[in-house]
Amino acid sequence: MALLEIENLQVSFTTADGDVNAVNGVSLDIDTGETLAIVGESGSGKSQTAFAAMGLLAKNGRATGAARFDGQDLLTLSQRELNKIRSHDLAMIFQDPMTSLNPYMKISDQMAEVLMLHKGLGKSAAITEAAKMLDAVRIPDAKARITMYPHEFSGGMRQRIMVAMALLCQPRLLIADEPTTALDVTVQAQIMQLLGDIRRDFGTAIILITHDLGIVAGFCDRTLVMYGGQIMEEGATDDLFAKPTHPYTRGLLNAVPRLDQDEETLRTITGEPPNMSRLPAGCPFSPRCAQVQPNCPTERPALETINGARRRACHLPVSEVA
Amino acid sequence: MLSFIARRLTVAIPTLLILVVLSFVLMYTAPGGPFNSERPLPPEVLANIEAKYGLDQPFWKRIAVYIHGVIFNFDFGPSFQFKNRSVNDIIAQGFPITLTYGFWSFVVAVTVGVSLGIAAALRQNTWLDYLAVGISIGAQVLPNFVMAPILLLVFTLWLGWLPGGGWAGGQWQYLVMPVIALSTSYMASIARITRSSMLEVLNTNFIRTAKAKGLPTRRIIWRHAMKPAMLPVLSYLGPAFVGMITGSVIIDIFFSTGGIGQFFVNSAFNRDYSVIMGITILVGALTILFNLIVDLLYAWIDPKIRY
Repeated sequence: MALLEIENLQVSFTTADGDVNAVNGVSLDIDTGETLAIVGESGSGKSQTAFAAMGLLAKNGRATGAARFDGQDLLTLSQRELNKIRSHDLAMIFQDPMTSLNPYMKISDQMAEVLMLHKGLGKSAAITEAAKMLDAVRIPDAKARITMYPHEFSGGMRQRIMVAMALLCQPRLLIADEPTTALDVTVQAQIMQLLGDIRRDFGTAIILITHDLGIVAGFCDRTLVMYGGQIMEEGATDDLFAKPTHPYTRGLLNAVPRLDQDEETLRTITGEPPNMSRLPAGCPFSPRCAQVQPNCPTERPALETINGARRRACHLPVSEVA
Repeated sequence: MLSFIARRLTVAIPTLLILVVLSFVLMYTAPGGPFNSERPLPPEVLANIEAKYGLDQPFWKRIAVYIHGVIFNFDFGPSFQFKNRSVNDIIAQGFPITLTYGFWSFVVAVTVGVSLGIAAALRQNTWLDYLAVGISIGAQVLPNFVMAPILLLVFTLWLGWLPGGGWAGGQWQYLVMPVIALSTSYMASIARITRSSMLEVLNTNFIRTAKAKGLPTRRIIWRHAMKPAMLPVLSYLGPAFVGMITGSVIIDIFFSTGGIGQFFVNSAFNRDYSVIMGITILVGALTILFNLIVDLLYAWIDPKIRY
């Protein structure tokens, strides 16, 4: 059984301009110790998929379908039952480390409360444990610095603290929602290194949500490409990068600037990200697709499994994707 | 921290001096005087009285004598209106009364306002929210000069539960109506500020982090959201507290409480110069003091603020 199994997830938000469907029938799974990347541009529904599983959707959001963690459907759990799982078995770190820690509380209090809640530790024991975890994510002088406030740390350090806080109870799955987007390149590399070490040392399964294909390669076992709240393609990372079978994946890969090729201009996918409240009935990518077929805008392509481990949703035969 | 307090108190002295000079100039330029009553006094008598109170002196001399008296003897001068009573006497008699009903109004306004605001924020767009917002709008559009007669009508005339006025050393029966009348509109403002700032805080990323940690809602509200949500309320509370403890002429007139609010307004009508000055300085000093206290509380709540 998969550790987390999301089945036909739909997420919609009620707004003044009508319903916005952010996620439209996403199914995915991840096994113990595995790393899965969810890539896609802003508004592709990748973060909302994770928020739905964590029960963190905004107030006007609704999720239907199923998100089974260890067999329990997270979408139907009561708040109290969900709170037992959050951070204990299923933890999450967020995009913006500058605002994700409470600026009015000491790091020690913010970390200790997790252990006091989930492990029943006393306060001083919890702080000792938390300091050890800060040490593990290589915060220098952790014992002294744990009594400081978030604003006394840099962005990279704060993301390390977020990682340490998420790992306190040794969760089985860590969802990292664009953990490096707000950080500069060298710090990005350090955080990715840290996440790699965590997977190795703790055996934590990781879902990495990102729009940065550069950090996916070499980190994630599998990659899932989303667009317009739907899955476009999924496969083993190396395989997917080497032989994309979907025009959108191909476009994304082409848009990655490469140092080994002499090109003056950056290749992009023309057009704009979709308006989620007015998606075409068919493939959401069809308005921007260079190889659009007559039936694409009206007929939604099914997510088909090819070659065993590969899934794709496209009307165009694999051999014709250029 | 200590040097910050010392600095602020040092700045307070010139601030108060400017306040004194400005008020003095305004009074000096206003037409009329304490002894120009409806029935004119014979010129010789008027000259005599004015000489007695030093009103025949030039402006600079009068202000110098006044400031000298305040600084060196803490003497705010005699009242021009009440014979044999000094400003110090009037404040000593009226201020404790104002302080008492003002303090309780503050307690009521903060307790009810904050609870109402938080309840509304937590149950946003439910009947409880609409009720709380409705109550606070209702309270806002009922200023104390409307509240006071309504209260008197209901509790004194119709129900006969409470005495219609007086102070009686501040027994609770005499406190209830002044406190309700004075606190309602403050309570309404506090409720609105609390609701909107709590809603804002509940939408922040760090509250999402707290939820992801599996914390129960109660802990999220009290430990994570309360402090930041109180910051905007706090900056409102400083001036509001001064406003309440320096009282209100409306309260003093409707409930005959005898606080300094009434003296303040009467002194302005009667050109009772020294009483006007005394109460102005009192309100000014309290405003400076409570703004300082609010700043110190800010630093206590927000670790990024250090003095």
